[in-house]
This record gives sequence, C-alpha cells and structure tokens, in this order.
Amino acid sequence: MRKKRLFSQIAAASAVAIILAACSSSSNSTTTTLPKVDALKSLGAGEGQVNIVAWAGYVENGSNDPKVNWVSDFEKATGCKVNVKIGSTSDDMVALMKTGEYDVVSASGDASLRLIYGGDVAPVNTSLVPNYADIFSDLKDQQWNSVNGVAYGIPHGRGANLLAYRTDIVNPAPTSWGAVFDTNSPYKGKITAYDSPIYIADAALYLMKTQPDLGIKYPYALDQKQFDAAVALLKVQKPLIGEYWSDYLKHVASLKSGGTVLGTTWQVNINLAQSEGVKVEGIKPVEGSTGWSDTWMISNKAKHPNCGYMWMDHIVSPKANAAVAEWFGEAPSNAKACDITSDKKFCASYHAADQAYWKDVYYWNTATQACLDGRKDVKCVPYSEWVKAWSSLRNA
Amino acid sequence: MKSSVATWMHKRPKLRLAALLAAPTLWLVVAYLGALGALLVTAFFTIDSFTGNVVAKFNLGNFHDMLTDPAYRNVVLRTLGIAISVTIICAVFAIPMAFFMAKIANPRSQRILVALVLTPLWASYLVKIYAWRTMLEPNTGVVDWILGPIGIHSPGFGGPAIIIGLSYLWLPYMILPIYAGLERLPNSLLDASGDLGARNFYTFRRVILPLIFPSLVAGSMFTFSLTLGDYITAQIIGGKLQMLGNVVYQNFSINLPFAATIATIPVAIMAIYLWLVRRTGALASL
Repeated sequence: MRKKRLFSQIAAASAVAIILAACSSSSNSTTTTLPKVDALKSLGAGEGQVNIVAWAGYVENGSNDPKVNWVSDFEKATGCKVNVKIGSTSDDMVALMKTGEYDVVSASGDASLRLIYGGDVAPVNTSLVPNYADIFSDLKDQQWNSVNGVAYGIPHGRGANLLAYRTDIVNPAPTSWGAVFDTNSPYKGKITAYDSPIYIADAALYLMKTQPDLGIKYPYALDQKQFDAAVALLKVQKPLIGEYWSDYLKHVASLKSGGTVLGTTWQVNINLAQSEGVKVEGIKPVEGSTGWSDTWMISNKAKHPNCGYMWMDHIVSPKANAAVAEWFGEAPSNAKACDITSDKKFCASYHAADQAYWKDVYYWNTATQACLDGRKDVKCVPYSEWVKAWSSLRNA
Repeated sequence: MKSSVATWMHKRPKLRLAALLAAPTLWLVVAYLGALGALLVTAFFTIDSFTGNVVAKFNLGNFHDMLTDPAYRNVVLRTLGIAISVTIICAVFAIPMAFFMAKIANPRSQRILVALVLTPLWASYLVKIYAWRTMLEPNTGVVDWILGPIGIHSPGFGGPAIIIGLSYLWLPYMILPIYAGLERLPNSLLDASGDLGARNFYTFRRVILPLIFPSLVAGSMFTFSLTLGDYITAQIIGGKLQMLGNVVYQNFSINLPFAATIATIPVAIMAIYLWLVRRTGALASL
C-alpha cells in the first residue's frame, strides 16, 4: 500500500517534470532563421544595476589591482551598480546568456552568431551609443557582429592567442606552434592547451601551414577529412599536455609554479604572470594564430537595458577602451583610445590600426555545415560535432 | 481563537499529519524527484546544432553516442575505480581511528577527538583542494620537499592525486558512522572473544567486522556517492584526467541533453549499489 502510494507520487512528479520540461524547451526551440527582435528605441533612466558576462580582465573594479579600475567612475556617473560574471569559454558565455539573468555580454566571434540566431541577444541601436562613431571602420559590420547590415553589438577590441613560454626554462625560444605538437618535446607533461572545442582550430591552423595537401583554407571551415586530421593531431598532442586550462587564474598559477612552461595563452595572462615576477613571454608564432574580435551585446531579455546601453557606451569610450586594452593586452576598437593610452606606443605595438598584422590572425568563429570558406562541393563539420569530438578526446 | 483552532485540529489527526508533512513532501517531490524526472526527460532531447538551443524531440541519439564512444566507457570505469579506491582507503584509515576513539580513548579525549574529526568539515572544500594542489605541485610542493630526500616523489596531478584528495575530503564521513557503530558494540563481546582464545585479528575479523558492517556500508555510501559526483577535485588536481562529473560539466553549457544522458550513469550506478546493499540486509540494521 505504502509502496503503491510512493510509486504514484513518483509518477505524478515525473509527469509534472515532463510537462515543465516540455513547456520550457518548446519556447526555446528555434530554427536557423533569424528571430525577429527589436532594438531599444530610446534611452531612459538607469535601473540602478547591470549584470554583465565578460572575459576575465574586461570589467575591472580595482579588486585585482587598485590602479586598474574603470568601473567605479561608471557606477558614480550613472548610478548603475556593475555585477560581473566571468565566462571562461565562449560556450560558458552562451549558456549564461541563455539563462536570461544577464544584460550585457562580451561575446567573441564563436559565440556571437549563436547568440544572434538563438534569439538571446537584441540588435543594438547604435545611435544610443555615441562612442560608436569613433570605432575603427574595419571592425564594424563584420560577419560576427551584424546580420544583413543590422548591428548586433559594439566592437570591443581584438587580439591573437599567443604561445607562452617560460624564458628561464624553455631554450631555445619557440617560434612555431610546432613546439606544442612535437612528440619529442623535452617539455613533455609541462605543455598546456586551451580547454575548449575551439582549440581544434589551433590544430587546423598548424596543419593549414604545415600540410598544404590537406587543403585547409580557413581553420573554422573543415570538411570531414581535414577535421579528422586536426583531431588526430590533438590526440598525438595529448600525452604532451600536463593540464588543459580554461580557468585563467589556475593557468597563471601553473605558469608561475613551472607546472606549465609552454602553451597557448592570452596576453592578459602573460601580464598577470609577469606582474608576479614570472619570467614568461608570449609570441605570435610564424604560422599566425587564432584570435578574437569581441563584441559587446545586449540580451534580448535584459532587465536593465538602459544601464546596459550606458555600459556599452562607457566601455568603448576612449578612456575605458584604452584602459581595458592596456590591461588585457589587446588592440582597442576606439580610434581615439590610441591618443590616451599611458604607453604612447601602445597602439602601434598592438597593431590597432595595422590591417596587415591581422591578416594571419583567424578570429574565433562558429563552424557551420555550410563551409565558411565558400566551398560548395563539400559539407563542413558543424560546431556541435567539434564539441563531441573535443569531449571524446578529453575523456579518452 | 488560538485554542479553538488547536481544538479543531486536535479532532482531525489526518489533517494534522498532512499539515505537518506538506512542506517536506512538497520539497521532496517537486525539488528532488521533479529535478530527477526533468533530468531523465531531457536526456532524450536533442539540440539545434547551430544555436545550441534544446529541441524537445524524443530520440535516443544521446544514448547511442554515449554507448558507442569508447571514451565514455573509459571515463565510467575510471570514475568507478577512483570511487572504489577512495572508499577502501577511507575504510582502512577510519576503522583504527574510530576504534581508538570508541574503545581506547578516555571520555574526555573521546570528545576532543570527535571534535577534531569534525573540524576539517568547517573549512571550505575549495580551500582544502587548493591546499592539496600546492602540496602536490611537482618539484616545488611540500610533498616533494619533505619526502623527496627519502626518495618518494609527488605523484603530480592526475588519478593518484584525485584519490588522495578525495580520500582526505571524505574521511570524516567514514569515521563518524563507524565510530557510532563501535560505540554501540558492547566491550563484553570483545572480552568474551579474548577469553575464548581468539587472537586480536581473529576477533576483529569474526566479531567486530560483522557487527560494524552496517556502519561501514553507511560510510561507504557517503564516500562512494560523493566521489561519483565530484568534478571540482578532478578539475583542480586531476591534471588532464576527467571524471564523470567533468563530462557533465563540460557538456551542460553546450549540449544540455547529452550532459543529462551522462548524468543518468551515476544515478544508475548508485541504484545498483543501493540494491546490492539492501540485499546484504545492512540497511535494516542501521
């Protein structure tokens, strides 16, 4: 009798759960057509706070370094309290934005299109962002931040993924990504790689330059054969890896302790490690590099849209943009930022306006079945398959 | 007024019981069983390959992927291996410790020892694991520094590090049930066994072990299930090694249905484990 009742309770519960699950997911289900979402028409008063999903180093309020702070001024001027959630990978960010609890996100090119077509972000009314006018024109209206000429975000800055090495341990200094794929490496077990499916593109880029017969033209457009070759290269690399990183603080700690001496990194990690006295350098190897061009986007379900717009305008203002760029170690997006960086040569050394430098930097992008390099005769491997391959590689 | 409500309630025992149990039952059914149900259902869904949104269309693709890819079989076996090792190590450390606490120590130090066993539970899980990370750091860590001169080196980050870390974390959960079990064990039984000529080990094997078996089982349910679900320890000191929890963590943001599919594995393992335990009858005498 008692068992029977328990059973019927369980049955009832799962019935409820099924209904709940069905409701919640049916409202989410989409096709790859562009959802119709309207941009904000006019700016109102701030809502008192704004919830931001950002890359580490993009929203600094002085807690990491008292001198590094472009949040307090904004909070004082607008009355919008800034709550930040750090995303470790683009996939994290997409998942966080899907919760609807965040207003603004700094999305890289491998997240932005997913967010746009998933109906998670709204188009941006650029007339409400006065600083948009000063942004480098070659960053506007790109395929990762706009659709059919409609802007879905404000360009933030760009940079390349670098090859980090401990100058006091790694000798001679590496010049090629070959250093992290060399099965005879003396640094076996102390090499690191970025823990995300997007890292497959790094392997593809290396193959593109070293094995021309594979015919890879663009690391995010891989047909099955090219994709398999890239994954095979990563399998060969796996025994060399000590740790894969996605938590940047753990990565910096590892560089510091010597647990990691060689591998993929971001400039901001190099800066953090150097500020702690670690002898480490980051280079863009001869093959070029994968990289990012980030975009500030606003959620379709933003609860604080006015503060969100104010933030997007603030973060690309010359002063804040210069501060972020110098702290993170990337090229700013606002042309006027170059005049007020504390290091006057900063924009030159980060090639902010130098279009030639960015020729061999392949910004993160979302692989789709339709090949992004324009090939029509083959189907490319979509990002969902990248995810499966990465999961399988990591767990084997 | 108050008393009239009380009188009214007093005459209706069933209503009283319902009022008492409504909140916990609701909690159990909606939050706990509901979440499990949602998990099971989601496992049969799929995602839009481009946007990553969940598509509520019934299919078995996730289970097919999980069962055909040898990577996931490996991760299940690896996680089981770690869970079993952690449980055994915890038991080996906990039995003598609990025996000393329950049978040898005087009442005053008994209380102090119980407090000492509990104190690590006050510190944050993360702090403890990060402490193990610095200790196990190859070449520069404390373990290499102290044990290096006698030729023992840190295992580095990987499977052994995870087993060490988790055994450390879950040890109190093993000690306390065994301690409680041993406290209930009358000393006269040990004396009787000795009087009849049994040596210490024989007494342990034939008298103590059978009597504390239910406590061991209770402890092992903690250590085993906590290990099965853990992913943070593996992230911090596991090097590149992944456990079942990591697979779920890795997939939930990108492919929620697949993460749900993977998450059914520990549920199934625990169900089998509890069923086996039930068959031994240990649950009845807890």
